[in-house]
Amino acid sequence: MPDDRELRATGSERALLVDRFPGQAAVDELVVSRQSEHLDSEDLMASHALGILFWIAVAFTGLVVLLAVFANLLPLPKPDYQNYSAINAAPSIHHLLGTDDLGRDLLSRLIFGARVSLIVGFGSVLIGMAVGGTLGLLSGVRGGAVDIGLNAASFVLLAFPAIVAVIAVVAFWKASLLHITIIIGVGTIPILFRVIRASALAFANRDFVIAARTLGATSGRIVFREILPNVVPAAVSFGLISVAGVIVLEGSLAFLGLSVPLPTPSWGNMIAEGVSNNLISINPYILLWPSLAMFLLLLSINLIGDRLRQKFDIREGLL
Amino acid sequence: MTRYLIRRLIQLVVICFIISILVFLLVHLLPGDPSTTILGGNDTPQNRAIILKQLGLDTPLWHQYWVWLTNVFHGNLGESYLNHQSVDSIIANDYQVDLELIIISQVIAFAVAIPLALFTARRPNRPADNTATTGTFGLLALPPFVIAPIMVAVFAVGLHWFPSTGYVPFTQDPLTNLHDMILPALAITAGSIAIYYRLLRSDLISTLQEDFITMARSKGLSDRYIMMRHAFRPSLFSLMAAAGVNIGTLIAGTFIVEWLFAISGLGYSLVNAVEQNDYLVVQGITLVVAVSFVVINFIVDFLFTVVDPRVVRE
Repeated sequence: MPDDRELRATGSERALLVDRFPGQAAVDELVVSRQSEHLDSEDLMASHALGILFWIAVAFTGLVVLLAVFANLLPLPKPDYQNYSAINAAPSIHHLLGTDDLGRDLLSRLIFGARVSLIVGFGSVLIGMAVGGTLGLLSGVRGGAVDIGLNAASFVLLAFPAIVAVIAVVAFWKASLLHITIIIGVGTIPILFRVIRASALAFANRDFVIAARTLGATSGRIVFREILPNVVPAAVSFGLISVAGVIVLEGSLAFLGLSVPLPTPSWGNMIAEGVSNNLISINPYILLWPSLAMFLLLLSINLIGDRLRQKFDIREGLL
Repeated sequence: MTRYLIRRLIQLVVICFIISILVFLLVHLLPGDPSTTILGGNDTPQNRAIILKQLGLDTPLWHQYWVWLTNVFHGNLGESYLNHQSVDSIIANDYQVDLELIIISQVIAFAVAIPLALFTARRPNRPADNTATTGTFGLLALPPFVIAPIMVAVFAVGLHWFPSTGYVPFTQDPLTNLHDMILPALAITAGSIAIYYRLLRSDLISTLQEDFITMARSKGLSDRYIMMRHAFRPSLFSLMAAAGVNIGTLIAGTFIVEWLFAISGLGYSLVNAVEQNDYLVVQGITLVVAVSFVVINFIVDFLFTVVDPRVVRE
């Protein structure tokens, strides 16, 4: 594929545009053809198949989400119901995954605990994406002083240990599900800002954007019709990888007892419970199930994010 | 070269200055006054006024910042309200522990990731490569709070190979100390291995498609020689950048393993200090951690120029 500059020099593009003027569709079509041309020429299509693992990961994540959403409808004991006749019970027909040291059903706690991970994970990234993504688009498209200022600010905030701020705020502000989601969401703003900015920057000076501008498109139209659709793949794949990161962060906080307070079950506080008081040798299941669930969920989300990234040919070192 | 470094150095100073303001504000703007912790039951307006005066908290904010910053430059970060230990000595002690954990874990991570990437990048998308790539994905899904308890369950409680908590200081008995540090260090290694391997592998694969590699091949050089002499060095960029950020976040980011193994490192002290409103300790540690992060990335920037002198010309 010829370089953008070469194209401009030959004037072939201008001829193309003049031909189709004033249809905006011409520009859009150019984008599509340009992109598919790019993919073909790099001969990357072979490695772009999503693969069976991707669909297994999607199915698993979907299952976890469904179970968490419909947890109340499932034929399970309440997560904090204590069955004193089955303390530290091994998995059986009555308690499919066994019970913990207080006789609570582990499957029920696992499913209700998934809610915390999922709500904090996806909620925070949505907040971060709404603020960081918008600023990133603005910064990448506008450039100039806005870009320099926001860029510097994001660098400083990234150097600042986010975990410190999160722990500090959590310690002073009552740790509820909503608060945790908001705090971590704010914490993800700088990193998501950088992703979206880099991605927007990559498109801001491409020929089709310049062409749209030449045709007199408003800056709103340029952002929403020209740049945003191209940024979405990067946003989705990095967003998913960030969701996994946030789930880890929430799990760490919960492990330290700084996240959603007991008795609400979460995978992090279940793991902490499993390690404490020498329970490991008495009842390893308390530790085993949430660890396994956490591992599989993180694996699935990372895998989905990464396969999408590969498919859309986004470089890993974009940050 | 010198100009590049000077420009970077100026950036470093400016960022450190902004960080110092942020650290100062973070602790001061949060609700929860240190006087509440100190006074406990004796919380009367008179007592509070006395304490605030003692701590210098009755002066304007900019003045407090100025006093604090001057003290920082004199190497005085104040003392803990709880046990009156100086923050300097807490940090000095904890920093060693963090450094030791990080050095052990990073040496292991590089020792696994680099040879693995060099081996698999030669034949991408073959069975060996696919296995390694999928395997490192698994490592990415093993955060410390998942893998550390399992390691404790298997190696400490089950097999009694390692102690499950506590450690002997390095100065007392280096060998026992290293032995005690292996489990905590391994627990934070998994993620690093995965990140380093993936970045180095993908950079190596793209470097191997460059013209100068084809040139070297056509000269009849061996694959191994090409890999080590031609491809490795230009492929180090992403790896180095990621290592800088990763090591930076590990400082005080190892609080999970420190908490689990009862090792007093920076993260452990920080979490404790935050919970107990011990704000000078929070301030001191946060400052040291943030500055370390920036300095490490400055060092990485410098290493870029060593690995590839073209960076300077940009």
